[in-house]
Amino acid sequence: MSGRYEPPRQGGLGQFVDSIFLMVLVFICLLAPVFLSRDQSATAPGAGEVQAPAGEQAPAAEVTWESLNQTPVQARQWEKLGHTPETAKPIVENRFDYTVEPVPLIITALVIVGYFLMMLRWSDREYREVVRERFGDPARRE
Amino acid sequence: MQQSTAQTPPGAAGAQRIALLKVLGPAHVWALGVGIVLVGEFMGWNFSVGKGGAYGSLIACWVIGLLYTCVAMIDSEVTSTVAAAGGQYTQAKHVIGPLMAFNVGLYLVMAYTMLEAGDALVVGDLMKAVAAEFGHADLDPRPFVVLTIAVLAFLNYRGVYMTLTVNFVITAAAFAALVILFFGVSPWEPGKVLLHRELLVDLPYGWIGVIAALQFGMWYYLGIEGTCQAAEEVRSAGRSIPLGTMSGMITLLIAASITWYVAAGLMPWEYLGQAITPMYDAARLTGSTPLQVILFVGTIFSAVASANGCINDASRAWFSMGRDRYLPAWFGAVHPRYRTPYRAVLFLIPIAVVFAFQAPLDQVITFSILSGLLGYTFMSINMVRFRRQWPLGSIKRGYVHPFHPLPAILLLLLCGATYFATFLGYGATLLAVMAFYIIASLWFVFHRYKFVRRGDQFTMPWPRPRGY
Repeated sequence: MSGRYEPPRQGGLGQFVDSIFLMVLVFICLLAPVFLSRDQSATAPGAGEVQAPAGEQAPAAEVTWESLNQTPVQARQWEKLGHTPETAKPIVENRFDYTVEPVPLIITALVIVGYFLMMLRWSDREYREVVRERFGDPARRE
Repeated sequence: MQQSTAQTPPGAAGAQRIALLKVLGPAHVWALGVGIVLVGEFMGWNFSVGKGGAYGSLIACWVIGLLYTCVAMIDSEVTSTVAAAGGQYTQAKHVIGPLMAFNVGLYLVMAYTMLEAGDALVVGDLMKAVAAEFGHADLDPRPFVVLTIAVLAFLNYRGVYMTLTVNFVITAAAFAALVILFFGVSPWEPGKVLLHRELLVDLPYGWIGVIAALQFGMWYYLGIEGTCQAAEEVRSAGRSIPLGTMSGMITLLIAASITWYVAAGLMPWEYLGQAITPMYDAARLTGSTPLQVILFVGTIFSAVASANGCINDASRAWFSMGRDRYLPAWFGAVHPRYRTPYRAVLFLIPIAVVFAFQAPLDQVITFSILSGLLGYTFMSINMVRFRRQWPLGSIKRGYVHPFHPLPAILLLLLCGATYFATFLGYGATLLAVMAFYIIASLWFVFHRYKFVRRGDQFTMPWPRPRGY
């Protein structure tokens, strides 16, 4: 066990495949939530899982700053930024939904905690190999 | 001749031992840390207003400021002791083990490469916004995005000293733009330009919105820990890293306060919560053309400085992993003339471009934030183990941070709160990011680790760790 580990040499093709693997994996993980939540966030201007308030579907009435609950000072700033009540409406009415679903929360917490526990456990096993090779086997010391 | 600390691995070009250059001082460390982060004051932080309102964002700024103060304290001690390229990656290798180190290296690469993509997008968006004001609304921003990444990558390819000297100049100019904006809106005359009384509203989502705002509150400071990546290239790590990091943190606290105060006094929170370039918008609202020009330049400089620092840091982490064979050894080569990790620099260019064009900005930012957050969680565990395995006095430390283990515990608690904040609104992305790191870990354990030389992972001249 105290012998020095000699790793195999990796060829050029293997190195190329390994480099690409991680990048493909990150793209899949980056885009997966976008596709999975496309229906939910179709109306959002740039944020995931944002929802418009329920029960207020596109009234036919004219949109005004008052109907958007904007004071005259707020309305003036919107207008300076180039917005009209119509263009501001989707921004003002988009809201995050902070309803906490216990099951997804527990699953997420377990995934994060499990990930770190797994990491520490495996790392510890590998670290002992590193220390044994670097400093020698403690069982063989005088 | 500079001191040699890095070896060219087998399989990399050339057989001679070539080292990264030790040419940097505290100002470069400050420029690296603040340069990466300062763009966060020009854009991104304001998404916390969208999640929790303007007051929610301010509270998040303070709470996350505390988190980063813990990060800076811990980083200063560990990095000034483990002075090697790769920063936290190298620390993980020596204190926790190879799998943790592999993950930390990936956190760094993903956080910085995605931040770099976001920075380049901001440059493109700003060019488009300004072109629209001058009657060219159909300007295609993509060439500006590619050009930004390509020019900065070339700079990084050519040498670290010039790269970070440029960063120092443009970061200082961007910070000055914020200070000029602050004085330009006459903060001593409330109601004249700044309209806090009329624009600030109560917490729109209550206190749960404040917790949710912690997620994007990280954008005020995300990347300050990147100072560690310069550890192998500074002349005196024990002096430069703590000095550059702590002064950088002070700069960011000032910049964050100015940013929030000015923006919240000029824009309705609903607008501010989704703006792409809020500080440029703030300058537009003042009606002052000089301020508008200064903030245009400041925003561009901050984005360029950040992208520049990100290329520097991501390539160092990728290079370090290649050098240790955690990734293909081909990436572990140092340029024979410029002494830079040039293959890592070049490899990450197309990756950043594709991130910029193919993924939504909020997903890219969230992936970057979560990668940073996982890294901070690691740092709290790492600090406790570092002191336990090598108690004070057992090895030479460049700096000893006070109140241990309070900063580590506080950091872990704040990380937990920020995971919850991310779950509120971005739960699916959180799980996707975790899936990426779990699959990558399995790939490392069952495939990649066989290429790693075991004993070579421990390079510091320290005694055997206590407990092993």
